[in-house]
Amino acid sequence: MSVPLIDVQNLNIQFHTGEGLITAVDDVSFRLNPGEILGIVGESGSGKSVTAKALMQLNAGNAVIGEKTKLLLHHQGAQIDIAKLRKPKELLIARGGAISMIFQEPMASFAPAITIGAQMVEQLRIHAKMTKAEAKAISIDMLNRVGISEAPKRFDQYAFELSGGMRQRAMIAMALSTNPALLIADEPTTALDVTIQAQVIDLMKDLVRDFGMAIIFITHDLGVIAQTADRVAVMYLGRIVETGPVRDVIRNPQHPYTIGLLNALPKLDNLDAPLTPVPGDIPSPLERPLGCVFNTRCPQVIAGRCEGNVPQLHNLTDDHAVACFAKEPVPA
Amino acid sequence: MSDKPLISVKGLSVHFEVGKGVMSRKTILKAVNNINLDIPKGSFFGLVGESGSGKTTLGRAMLQAAPISEGSITFDDGDGPLDIASLRKQALKGYRKKAQLIFQDPYAALSPRMTVRDIIAEPLEVMKITKTRAETDNRVREIAAMCRLNVEHLRRFPHAFSGGQRQRISIARALVASPSFLVADESVAALDVSIQADILNLLKSLQKELGLTFLFISHDLSVVAHSCDHVAVMYLGRLVETAPTRTLFNTPLHPYTRALLSAVPSLDPDDRGKGEKLTGEIPSPINPPPGCKFHTRCRFAQDKCKVDEPQLRKLGDEHFVSCHFAEELAGK
Repeated sequence: MSVPLIDVQNLNIQFHTGEGLITAVDDVSFRLNPGEILGIVGESGSGKSVTAKALMQLNAGNAVIGEKTKLLLHHQGAQIDIAKLRKPKELLIARGGAISMIFQEPMASFAPAITIGAQMVEQLRIHAKMTKAEAKAISIDMLNRVGISEAPKRFDQYAFELSGGMRQRAMIAMALSTNPALLIADEPTTALDVTIQAQVIDLMKDLVRDFGMAIIFITHDLGVIAQTADRVAVMYLGRIVETGPVRDVIRNPQHPYTIGLLNALPKLDNLDAPLTPVPGDIPSPLERPLGCVFNTRCPQVIAGRCEGNVPQLHNLTDDHAVACFAKEPVPA
Repeated sequence: MSDKPLISVKGLSVHFEVGKGVMSRKTILKAVNNINLDIPKGSFFGLVGESGSGKTTLGRAMLQAAPISEGSITFDDGDGPLDIASLRKQALKGYRKKAQLIFQDPYAALSPRMTVRDIIAEPLEVMKITKTRAETDNRVREIAAMCRLNVEHLRRFPHAFSGGQRQRISIARALVASPSFLVADESVAALDVSIQADILNLLKSLQKELGLTFLFISHDLSVVAHSCDHVAVMYLGRLVETAPTRTLFNTPLHPYTRALLSAVPSLDPDDRGKGEKLTGEIPSPINPPPGCKFHTRCRFAQDKCKVDEPQLRKLGDEHFVSCHFAEELAGK
């Protein structure tokens, strides 16, 4: 087996809050190969963003990473455990060096009083140690590549002068200019109109092909996942409940939560299908259910089993795994 | 559904003055321009469009919450027609009991300092609909139960509720004065998928139970396809197509509607890269292009489209399209 780019092992994240210690991510493990697109899908509170931010140590100061957690990055022949990095200089590899991130709201991600160009040049000079002129040339080239017209003019503009779609393109250009091995995209198209979303998705797929980087694509939208990802991990209340190739998971969902999500989704190709909500509400993080995290809403709950025990991911096929007692093979 | 429309919009324009400064000339933003539209009584009428299309402004004009520059809106629930633009003082207060708005963000719409009971009761007290506190309490409990809120929880504050429950509180508040017409502006957009289906089903069942008419404003075509019986599509302040839902989704005639439909990410991973992709972005409504507003992004645009603005034409049973070449494009 080839060496994965990212190997996340037993990721645990808790937050200290005024109301006590809350668990955001609970024993999450996954691997990502170079050039692969992994979709992480989940609703609010599922821990998908917190998981991704941990790879850049971007979670707030009240976050506590579990002791057994390993966040291994294989980059240029070296193996680095991101969870162990402490000094700001060491952290640069995870923050823009090997890993870049694009966010949902591009207006909030650019500094409002500094031109787009100055921000692009600054980060290139930090990560790639080049002169201002070189950095400017590369920045304008990147702006061109993401389909921004009049790139030299845009270079000198401020974020507010660009439309939402343009800003997201500029964000992508900035994230890719340091040529990262992994791009984390956290709901990059959620704030965009559908016609612009389609353009940005196409752009990202083109860039993966050209640059060969891996992407972690975080979204609540299963349609976006279906159109972009190679593999998908479905998260609920901080745990991966199902993972596998995107075709298998969407066409043959196994976990009751994945099935529930797909049934709740309005589909354009079948207007007669009724919308079936997942019963109940997502529990508050302060009232995390014991046992299987989904047992309070699960239609297939096994009394006496799911409330007390935590199901682990087990493989159904080579790649398709599900964490559910109802789907375990019956012992012969 | 009766033949007589509840709301009849004739030649409606809503213009805003923007950028009026000491030195600069005042510019006019034409948010809604020359719209003709009938909303049948008892319908669940969908209004779709991207940001900047004017869908929210049109909905607000129907509630006299946006200035009506030209044209008229007539509301007729059987108690005599009302001309919305000319309503003042008492007559306007009377109309407020009949027409209500449900907002998008259930986190911003509810006062954190009021109990759920007070939030729902406020319209009754402000509009002096109930005489005694006991009467108010009865009505609040009745509507809360109808919106599937736990009556035991009425003394709590909004922070104790999840997004879905908060949206049910907003709906209860909008319905407490027994309106006949509701504008739901992106009312499920902020909700998670598993909850969204629940709120949609609730709105639909309330509509049937109470005989309400809904204007359902949304950017999400799949949601509109599943909940509405009529749909109108807006682009840059104009109505480009309106039809019964099935007709619109099965045989869209306007190139913009077609592009919008194909931009919705399909759940089928094998659909990747299919469909017509729109290039460019929605032009600024301050400086809209001449002729057909869509010609700058339309792949079928011809010379005529650049100078001559198409009007809404009837091309089928209740199917109206504003495109010069709709018939010729039908098969393409």
